Amino acid sequence: MATVLDLKQGQTGIIKEFSDLTLPIKLLELGCLPGNTVEVVQVAPLKDPIYINVNGSHIAIRRSLALQIELEIEEDPTSV
Amino acid sequence: MSKSIKVALIGNPNTGKTSVFNQLTGLKQKVGNYPGITVEKKVGVCKLPSGQKAQILDLPGTYSLNTTSLDESVVVELLLNKNDKDFPDVAVVVSDVENLKRNLLLFTQIKDLRIPAILVVNMADRMSRKGISLDLAAMEQKLDTKIALVSTRKGRGIDHIKELIENYKSLPNKPNIDTSRIAPEYFSRLQKAFPNEDLYKLWMVITQDVNFMPIEKKRIQDATSFSTKSKTELKKLQHRETVLRYQFINSALKETYKVDFNAAKGLRASLDKILTHKVFGYVIFFAILLLIFQAIFDWSTYPMDFIDEQFANAGEWLKSTLPSGVFTDLLAEGILAGIGGIVIFIPQIAFLFLFISLLEESGYMSRVVFLMDKLMRPFGLSGKSVVPLISGTACAIPAVMATRTIENWKERLITILVTPFTTCSARLPVYLILIALVIPDGRILGLSYQALTLMLLYLLGFGMAIFSASILNKILKIRSRSLFMVEMPTYRLPLIKNVAYTVLEKTKSFVFGAGKIILAISIILWFLGSNGSSEDFKNAEEVVSQRIEAEGLSPYSKNYIQNNIDSYIEIRKIQSGEVMPKASLDSIQLLTADLEQRAKAQEIASHKLEHSYIGYAGKAIEPVVKPLGYDWKIGIAVLTSFAAREVFVGTLATIYSVGSDEEETIKNRMAAELDETGKKPLFNLASGISLMLFYAFAMQCMSTLAIVKRETNSWKWPLLQLVFMSVFAYLVALTAFQILN
Repeated sequence: MATVLDLKQGQTGIIKEFSDLTLPIKLLELGCLPGNTVEVVQVAPLKDPIYINVNGSHIAIRRSLALQIELEIEEDPTSV
Repeated sequence: MSKSIKVALIGNPNTGKTSVFNQLTGLKQKVGNYPGITVEKKVGVCKLPSGQKAQILDLPGTYSLNTTSLDESVVVELLLNKNDKDFPDVAVVVSDVENLKRNLLLFTQIKDLRIPAILVVNMADRMSRKGISLDLAAMEQKLDTKIALVSTRKGRGIDHIKELIENYKSLPNKPNIDTSRIAPEYFSRLQKAFPNEDLYKLWMVITQDVNFMPIEKKRIQDATSFSTKSKTELKKLQHRETVLRYQFINSALKETYKVDFNAAKGLRASLDKILTHKVFGYVIFFAILLLIFQAIFDWSTYPMDFIDEQFANAGEWLKSTLPSGVFTDLLAEGILAGIGGIVIFIPQIAFLFLFISLLEESGYMSRVVFLMDKLMRPFGLSGKSVVPLISGTACAIPAVMATRTIENWKERLITILVTPFTTCSARLPVYLILIALVIPDGRILGLSYQALTLMLLYLLGFGMAIFSASILNKILKIRSRSLFMVEMPTYRLPLIKNVAYTVLEKTKSFVFGAGKIILAISIILWFLGSNGSSEDFKNAEEVVSQRIEAEGLSPYSKNYIQNNIDSYIEIRKIQSGEVMPKASLDSIQLLTADLEQRAKAQEIASHKLEHSYIGYAGKAIEPVVKPLGYDWKIGIAVLTSFAAREVFVGTLATIYSVGSDEEETIKNRMAAELDETGKKPLFNLASGISLMLFYAFAMQCMSTLAIVKRETNSWKWPLLQLVFMSVFAYLVALTAFQILN
């Protein structure tokens, strides 16, 4: 399944589930819940961390964590 | 008078909680630490409309009551402990209108603990720009609370908060969510075992790892008579709890909170594009660092020179006004100089915190962390360590204080421990004089050897800081659960008031926190340097006078007088054009007498220092410093410069009885000093490099020790740092001298 790592900058996906059930609760509290939309806002110059917008929360997470968030990539026809 | 209402201010980070606190309490605030830990505790007093007082406790920012850091544990411990003297009568939960949904998570948890809660919706001034509309009355109903719509930026709504606090008794204290819905079967069993306890409180006890517990965890495990849930199962339940809370929040906000997504998204996106760009991002960050550096290194020298001068004048004034004696000396040279040694740091601290709070307030600091994280990670540091490390190049004291922005305790501790390795400005005078003495003139590829040496010393400091960080990262066994997750807040124009408070508070915390220790040590050092028990010390003036009578002034003093007279004659010649005007013979005699008087005073001072307690200590450690290429005079200078590294130069000046602050004079005197064989200069390449390396690595700064003590809240870390750095510096200097010699 695709994860946050597969999203290109500006692309969005809908969170399906977490590959690791012990995903930090903090991430959920910030609005990273199944069903919500994630957008990759920016990837740091050294590819890590990744700056995402999930449910209006703008947070930077490391790749190792991003890998655990499984999602379905949204094909946005309007994006260039 | 009724007793004051206890209010706890709670909220997510970046909601403007501190602004609310500042506006509620004004300057009536006290900053301290929670006992035994390094979490800052801010308390203030707020006067309510009726004249009653409220005691406001500003709790550390937290996203929820699920603790992952020390700061958050403080919040949970307080809210669970009804017997705590700070246990709130009412909680004021601060939220940001843009992130209301997420902020409400914490609010519902507090409601569920049955603590009366007021909801503050802050940043109301941004609503129209963000296309947000609220139905407050309906929202109050759904959330079962009272809401104050506030804009701290515009200073609106604060009075409403005060009114609500005053009437806190009328607040409903029903929970928002039925805890048993998380896992009905599990919780019904739990309730049966503890019929008198509140379910949500029980749940907190089971899931949270904090010191204070209203009921023992073990009792729950024993009493429920079924196998306790495993960690993973508990985590799953916590996930479920979060989902339930979001369901509640979503339904509460559905009709009451509307966002028009077509409203401007603008500023954040366009600023982020530039500030986190893979080239411009670093360029801008580097430029900001340069600016900070310039401010602490350069701009602050003006106020620092001014302070220095004022304290010197005040000392002179005291000595000339008060009757001379031990007490006057103590006052003028011990206490006043000690206080001067504290006040002198204020400009640097103020400048650094001015910049840091601007960066924090504007939201830029998170972008720095985002840019630098990957680079710093291999060394056990995060992006947040960059600013302290860089500012350590100016002065380690504000740098250590700046580590407060690092939430992860292990990262913060490592940063505190390694920052003193970076080349601070106090090392510069020592380096400059030694480089001029022992590094030959000459160039390689157009760069002078001397400049290259200085650059190498800076790189060495940095390298050592990074290197020891990666070692500490491996050996420090500190459980730090706080994971890397940085919120990227909206860009905001910093509030001048908040910036001013931060600068004021940091300065105060240095002066009153570390100041005591610095003052104590400087008085001790002063005492040891200006007192002695031997006859030689007590009769210094006679001994030196007799010696001068018998042998004349020291060769160096004679030389010094002759040189002065020569140059005086030279100047007169040029001015008058004559060979030697007769009239000036008198003035030459006067000048000579004056110079001799001064030389004598210098030789007495030198003799006194040599026979003072610290002089004996210097001689006593000679066997220890000899393998490094130092004699007892350098030994004394090393000891006195424990107060601050730059004192090294001044002490040598006194010992060599050079009565001038002129660096050139001191340098010439140092160059003339021979080692014990009497053939080689004492300051040669080997001993010079050895000294520079010693100063590069040794913790020769009591002020840094004092601030590390304050910031880590224990003597353990500063002492460990002192021992490690000194031993390491000694070994490196020893090796260097033995190889080069």
